[in-house]
Amino acid sequence: MYLLQIDWWIFFEKLILVAVIVTTALVVAMYSTYAERKIAAFLQDRRGPNRAGPFGLLQPMADGLKLFMKEEIIPMTSSKFLFVLGPMLAMITACMTSAVIPWGSTIDIKGHQVPLQISDINIGILYIFGVVSLGVYGIMIGGWASNNKFSLLAAVRGASQMISYELAMGLSLLAVLMLVGDLRMSSIVNHQIANGWNVLYQPLGFLIFFICALAECNRTPFDLPEAENELNFGYHQEYSSMKLGFYLFAEYINMFISAVVMSTLFFGGYDIPFVNEAAWGNHWWVGLIGFVVLMTKAALFIFLFMWIRWTIPRFRYDQLMNLGWKKLLPLALVNMLITAVVILLLHK
Amino acid sequence: MQALTNRKQQVERKPMTVWEKLYLPSIFKGMGITFSHLFKKKPTINYPEEQRPFSSVFRGLHILNRDEEGREKCTACGLCALSCPAEAITMEAAERQPGEEHLYKEEKYAAKYEINMLRCIFCGLCEEACPKDAIYLSQTFAPANYGRKGFIYNKEDLLIPDPNTDPEGYEKAKGDIGKNIK
Repeated sequence: MYLLQIDWWIFFEKLILVAVIVTTALVVAMYSTYAERKIAAFLQDRRGPNRAGPFGLLQPMADGLKLFMKEEIIPMTSSKFLFVLGPMLAMITACMTSAVIPWGSTIDIKGHQVPLQISDINIGILYIFGVVSLGVYGIMIGGWASNNKFSLLAAVRGASQMISYELAMGLSLLAVLMLVGDLRMSSIVNHQIANGWNVLYQPLGFLIFFICALAECNRTPFDLPEAENELNFGYHQEYSSMKLGFYLFAEYINMFISAVVMSTLFFGGYDIPFVNEAAWGNHWWVGLIGFVVLMTKAALFIFLFMWIRWTIPRFRYDQLMNLGWKKLLPLALVNMLITAVVILLLHK
Repeated sequence: MQALTNRKQQVERKPMTVWEKLYLPSIFKGMGITFSHLFKKKPTINYPEEQRPFSSVFRGLHILNRDEEGREKCTACGLCALSCPAEAITMEAAERQPGEEHLYKEEKYAAKYEINMLRCIFCGLCEEACPKDAIYLSQTFAPANYGRKGFIYNKEDLLIPDPNTDPEGYEKAKGDIGKNIK
């Protein structure tokens, strides 16, 4: 009868939290497409979408509707099951990462302690890395199932890029974990609230992490998987309609998630700089402010991603591998070593 | 060796310095340049709401003119069609019946008058050829259309609004040309 002793309140509370967070991620990703087009336009002295609704704010809906209405083509020689599975996997893995991110401090609702985090598992950051690595399967399956040599090559290219940059990313993260001494996302944030943001101690680590995050999200200058002009598009070449939409959308969700992860790991998460918000007690609005602060940080990162995209041309493939393996990986190793030595010396 | 042009430049192939190899300084420089463009004035004109001003000699869509009493000036002499290098103009003449004096200025008028805007090259030779000041090129241009048929403008499309019943429309259609007519 142990099963019936579940605290139904927790079940209910987590359900609401999941719904809110996934919806937030989707809406943010949707409006990232709008922001991308607007920022691209502004950086190029244009106006951007301004026809659908005031300031073109309904443009994402129109785009989504267009993608749904378009003809759905499944190539005859493709393996149908995998062809459908590819974009689904990409989308699911993109949404899953948001589960362990602390979106705000623990709040008090009628005596219940409600943490604004879906699940505070003790290997939080490893979970994110695990799920992000699963995203490679979306790319590989999509490229393989298309039964098109260009798609397959692009999928191999994209997968090897993601795998290569995951190494340097993981190593730069190790230095952070040495500082904090815990894999739990909430304790990473709490450590930063107590001791100052990680970016102050790990500027090089942050730079490496940021560059790798760009590569993981397939953003410029690492957007080889979707180099439509010189590399004949990417692994989603055979995709059309909303399946293509899912691939592109998953990338925007990934971008949002990586922006949030970077704010959490290096920029104090929901911590407000120069303010001791713990003194305000745990009212519900403190949690909300924390959430808004985290979203602001994430928005700044998303802007940075887009700003970089519309400034830098993309790398050639050999330059990409060169940077990943010969520059970032040794640099991350050195960074890790220095951090380890300094920590050892300070503790002695 | 003597250079063929005066634009010859020696290409520098110095190895990059460490600072240049870092790549980051030039990225930040580039990002500074793009960021400054965020605040620049945008040269785009929001077309249907705002329109670019044309000069008074701009040759746009044709209008068939009326006189002050609102009578059509065109006598269907065919000189415009003859002068047209693109052969875009077709017309059929008709005789003015008694009682139609308020509609047509002279005894002969154009019953049918068509200009194919896809053929027209907007050279303005019809305007020059017209002995009756009946056809003018206005300062608007042909709006987009879904089919080729939509670009064949008939007399109703081309005629200027009646100055007696619709003086505002008349002035608007005439635009700056009015100043040149009288």
